[in-house]
Amino acid sequence: MSDPVLDPRERSGIIRDGLGVGIATGTYGISFGAVAVGAGLSVAQTCALSLLMFTGASQFALVGVLAAGGTPLSGALTALLLGTRNTLYGLRLAPLLNWTGARRVAAAHLVIDESTAMSVTRPSTPAARVGFLTTGLTIFVLWNVATLVGALGGRALGDPRTYGLDAAVGAAFLALLWPRLRDRRNRATALVAAAVALGLVPFTAAGVPVLASAGVALLIGLLWPGQDETEWPEVER
Amino acid sequence: MIWWAVLSAGVACYLLKLAGLSVPTRVLEHPLVERIADLIPVALLAALVAVQVFASGSALVVDARAIGLGAAVLLLLARAPFLLVVFGAALVAAVVRLV
Repeated sequence: MSDPVLDPRERSGIIRDGLGVGIATGTYGISFGAVAVGAGLSVAQTCALSLLMFTGASQFALVGVLAAGGTPLSGALTALLLGTRNTLYGLRLAPLLNWTGARRVAAAHLVIDESTAMSVTRPSTPAARVGFLTTGLTIFVLWNVATLVGALGGRALGDPRTYGLDAAVGAAFLALLWPRLRDRRNRATALVAAAVALGLVPFTAAGVPVLASAGVALLIGLLWPGQDETEWPEVER
Repeated sequence: MIWWAVLSAGVACYLLKLAGLSVPTRVLEHPLVERIADLIPVALLAALVAVQVFASGSALVVDARAIGLGAAVLLLLARAPFLLVVFGAALVAAVVRLV
């Protein structure tokens, strides 16, 4: 699998792609910062999330559940459930990136949708590492800077409802979900999960409906075999 | 309490990433496990969309957020970039509230 020599042209192509995806993705941090502050987090808490958690869907989930009145515990659990897909990415990346020790511990923080997408398809370890690091580091830097900008901007704006920022959260989740909806089983899962969550809203504490929807994934996964063509990671925007 | 959630969930999400890079592939290679793990984000994101847009406390409502979501759907169909979708939905919801 390992090929020690990486053609310079191939290398610069991979770097260019990684930077492009990284810049496009990193700037979403602005919307996360604004939304998180609107949900009642402090600027410091918002920035701590981007630095520590560093996986966009989980971050939006945590602040989304809090904004809807859910407990911090249910927000954290939802974030964790969404974070499990990064474990699967890691499984696919491990033999390709082939890092051990401290490098692996450091690289783990950069395992997200985009860095995975930009490296799993590479034919060799050096090519995969260049794609992974370029994309991952670009996003890490920009995402955190953009989060701070968005959080400060969001705080300056005042009541988030005036600017429709509460509607922005739903739109962000839909945009993250969108590419997956080309698959029939995914569409069914999404519809049933949404219906189950809405059905539970009047009867359960905030945060519970979203967690319960994971049961829909379990059930449909058990009953409906077959491949998913849209399986993450996917970078097409 | 929020700090506790931010820090513990942040660290736990990192550990999930590290686990993937560290555990032997065989452990999670069962097709059923992979399929369910792949469906979980789909279910959670769909539920989050629904609850974010239609829940207000323990009541279900249709308000400016639903119109914002409609705008997001149109923008996504038009292949608009992420930021445009998010802030476009916010703008539409804000304008609806002004009217």
